[in-house]
Amino acid sequence: MSVVPDSSTDASGVGADPRTGPAPGPSRAARLATRGIPLLVLLVLLASAPLFAAPFTANTLSRILIFALFAVSLDLLVGITGLPSLGHAAYFGVGAYTAGLVSIHWTSAAPVPVLLAAAVGALAAVATGWLAVRSGGVYFLMLTLAIGELVHQLAQSLSSVTGGSNGLFGIPSVRIGGEPLTLAGYVYWYVLAVAVLGFLGLWLVARSPFGATLRGIRDNEPRMRSLGYSPFRYKYLAFVVAGGFAGLAGGLFAALVRIVNPSDAGFTTSALILLAVVLGGAGTLWGPVLGAAVVVLVRDTFGPQLDGHGPLLLGVVFVVAVYVLPRGFAGLAGLVPGRRRSTGGTA
Amino acid sequence: MAGWFDANLVSILNGFAIGSLLFILAVGLSIVFGMMDVLNLAHGAFFLVGSYLAVSFVAGVSWGGFLAALAVAALFGLLAGGVLSGMTEPLARRPILDQALLTLGISLIVAEVLSIIYGNNVRSVPGPPGLDGSVQVAGSTYPTYRLMLIAVGLLLALVVWLVVERTSIGALVRASVADREMVSAMGIDNRKVKFAVLGIGSMLAAVAGVLGAPVYGARPGLDKTILILALVVVVIGGLGSVRGALIGALVIGQVESLGRALLPELASFILFGTLALVLIIRPRGLFAGKVAHS
Amino acid sequence: MSTTLLSLSGVSRHYGALRAVDDVSIDVPAGARHALIGPNGAGKSTLFKLVTGSMPVSAGTVTLDGTDITQLPEHQRARRGVSQTLQHSSLFLSQSVQDNVLLAAQRQHRSRRSLLPRRQAAARDRVRGLLVDVGLEARADTPVAALSHGERRQLEVAIALACEPKLLLLDEPAAGMSPAESSRLVGLLQSLPASVTLVIVEHDLDVVFALATSVTVLHLGQVLLTGSPDEVRASAAVQEAYLGTGREALFLDHPGSTQMEVS
Repeated sequence: MSVVPDSSTDASGVGADPRTGPAPGPSRAARLATRGIPLLVLLVLLASAPLFAAPFTANTLSRILIFALFAVSLDLLVGITGLPSLGHAAYFGVGAYTAGLVSIHWTSAAPVPVLLAAAVGALAAVATGWLAVRSGGVYFLMLTLAIGELVHQLAQSLSSVTGGSNGLFGIPSVRIGGEPLTLAGYVYWYVLAVAVLGFLGLWLVARSPFGATLRGIRDNEPRMRSLGYSPFRYKYLAFVVAGGFAGLAGGLFAALVRIVNPSDAGFTTSALILLAVVLGGAGTLWGPVLGAAVVVLVRDTFGPQLDGHGPLLLGVVFVVAVYVLPRGFAGLAGLVPGRRRSTGGTA
Repeated sequence: MAGWFDANLVSILNGFAIGSLLFILAVGLSIVFGMMDVLNLAHGAFFLVGSYLAVSFVAGVSWGGFLAALAVAALFGLLAGGVLSGMTEPLARRPILDQALLTLGISLIVAEVLSIIYGNNVRSVPGPPGLDGSVQVAGSTYPTYRLMLIAVGLLLALVVWLVVERTSIGALVRASVADREMVSAMGIDNRKVKFAVLGIGSMLAAVAGVLGAPVYGARPGLDKTILILALVVVVIGGLGSVRGALIGALVIGQVESLGRALLPELASFILFGTLALVLIIRPRGLFAGKVAHS
Repeated sequence: MSTTLLSLSGVSRHYGALRAVDDVSIDVPAGARHALIGPNGAGKSTLFKLVTGSMPVSAGTVTLDGTDITQLPEHQRARRGVSQTLQHSSLFLSQSVQDNVLLAAQRQHRSRRSLLPRRQAAARDRVRGLLVDVGLEARADTPVAALSHGERRQLEVAIALACEPKLLLLDEPAAGMSPAESSRLVGLLQSLPASVTLVIVEHDLDVVFALATSVTVLHLGQVLLTGSPDEVRASAAVQEAYLGTGREALFLDHPGSTQMEVS
């Protein structure tokens, strides 16, 4: 169903002039320019934000970056691989607890906590993903939901380690070269640096032949098998990679807010991040970044006024998004490049 | 062995009570998915509505209140299922995820509305008069209401089993679980069947909420706990299988109850371990009603 | 040429009482161009599925290059060099022509583990070459959903060849192609090196006799005859089978090619 609008616009474009194969050289340079320059501008703007923005704004931007990384890691599963997970916060939570515990009990020197958070997040995905991926289909939905709840309950019941429902607090500030980062601006730069590296990593995975294989499995699993691919192995690996990057995002989260609650691994967080992906447009990578920004802004702006009933708003947005934005913001934006491509064909 | 059995008799009986409740919940969830391909994540929220209805009608004070709560819950479930059936209709041709997201959104809304109305405190509900006491069972005292719950659960299980296995409606259910095209091939309006199945499934969930209130009380978050347990039961039993839902509910009831009594810190691990074990041996659950589904 | 690449021995597939493929034994020598013909429902497509492993056999063994592959899953058979084009096009519709072939080619060029797209240069070159071979070079960036039926068939062939197969199974590759496209396909298949062994199911007997070095006639799931094209043309048994089922049934979907040279 999602294929049809795309193909029709492309068909009209190609039908107008079927012989115009874009010459590879200039088009690649042009594409690099049209995509790279705005990206560079955005990066410079983001990097200079603390210089002119209030600490509160830097803090909000940090949250957005973390949730965006988290959302893009989920998009690798939902959009690229076609595995909709309802429990992705489990790995985010595992990463956050790992980074928190490492910082409290060992060292908060960057980048040790976040790297360990990513590693343990990936390990948790190794341990739990095998079952969910092997079962597949609607079982995948149910099992990821169950895994998320399992981690949530563990965080609550292992109170000697995690602090139980009080949360894990007293996480020390990140240290760089022995100096703790206490100012919001410095923490923001740290978050920005790690998150950008994370985005780059996920983008490379999605763009790589491995990513192409995942998209092939999403579109036509039997055919991939006949081409000699073992879909299970690729899906499992994608699950682990997604878990690792979710753990990385969780590690950053622990460094930013310096308290981790069981609910950070729970169902509401999973639902929130899935909403960011769906709202932004699954499978596009940039869509979920936008989705995460909207979700965080809406939650931070309206959440306090709703007297703790933020999930109500979340639920309403879910229901509306399913009907109104079946392909997210990216679906809206997709109308524009589609038109440009078809007019480009005739020019 | 006999000593262990005696010492844990209360836990084992609790396991049966939980199992009965889980069966009533899970059978609806399982058949709704098996027949209609709708993964209803609002099932737990409907249960919680039932529990809070028991609070509102002060079901513990009189049988009138208890029965009124049951009747209102049944009516609510039917209506909610009907609404849900209408809402999922435009999504029928879309991926399963979209329906899951819709029901997820609804479950968040319902749960928050309940917490706005009833607050965030745990509300306890005593059993109805005559059932609020305890009886002696093999030397242990045990709440009378839970014994009744076991009996009601087994009775309902029998009724559902008879309906599904012995009636023409049941034959339709079984046929369409095995082959989704069956309903339309037999010339029956798919939407009516969906309406009925979702209505009855949701009704069972809300009724289970009232029945479960004297055991679990009513509190925010109960909907998720219950939904997860019901999903585990459905996965273990096999989607669309009544027998699977019964066996799965009894197994998970015992695992949950004994796990919480013996190893409280690891109870959720044990639950997940059981699920994993079943799926490793039987990837489609114990009684897979539906073979190929993706 | 004398070694056997594919050997089927007593291969059967039953659906309850129905024997779709019944005790079929065929040896295909390496480098052969082997055709499977027979009326609709003779079991040709099912036999292909048993060879590729997308469907398990009920009985019998499938041997590739001297190794028993009966128990191997489909993707492992594919890695051993079994490739196919499917009767009903099964492509990645949302992706471009080039990316479709690349999915098959990247597995051969050890680049699938690389994160850097640049490393795929070898695979991309191979894709470009294959698209030229099948005549789709101008459509490289077109999404598959926008291709015509004939173009999709050409793409199927390019994808199958990108797997660098030892054994290439072609299920009605010319179905729905224009005469020009069809003769281009025959030319392409004729030009394939002897290291690729072809097994082809085709209703268009012009295509069959232009290509085949040996022919097996299937009838009701059983082998009626295996022999050279001349032997098959001359066989009384084949004529009888064809006359028995009636030509209309045989070539129902191809009324244009009923001028068979068998008689």
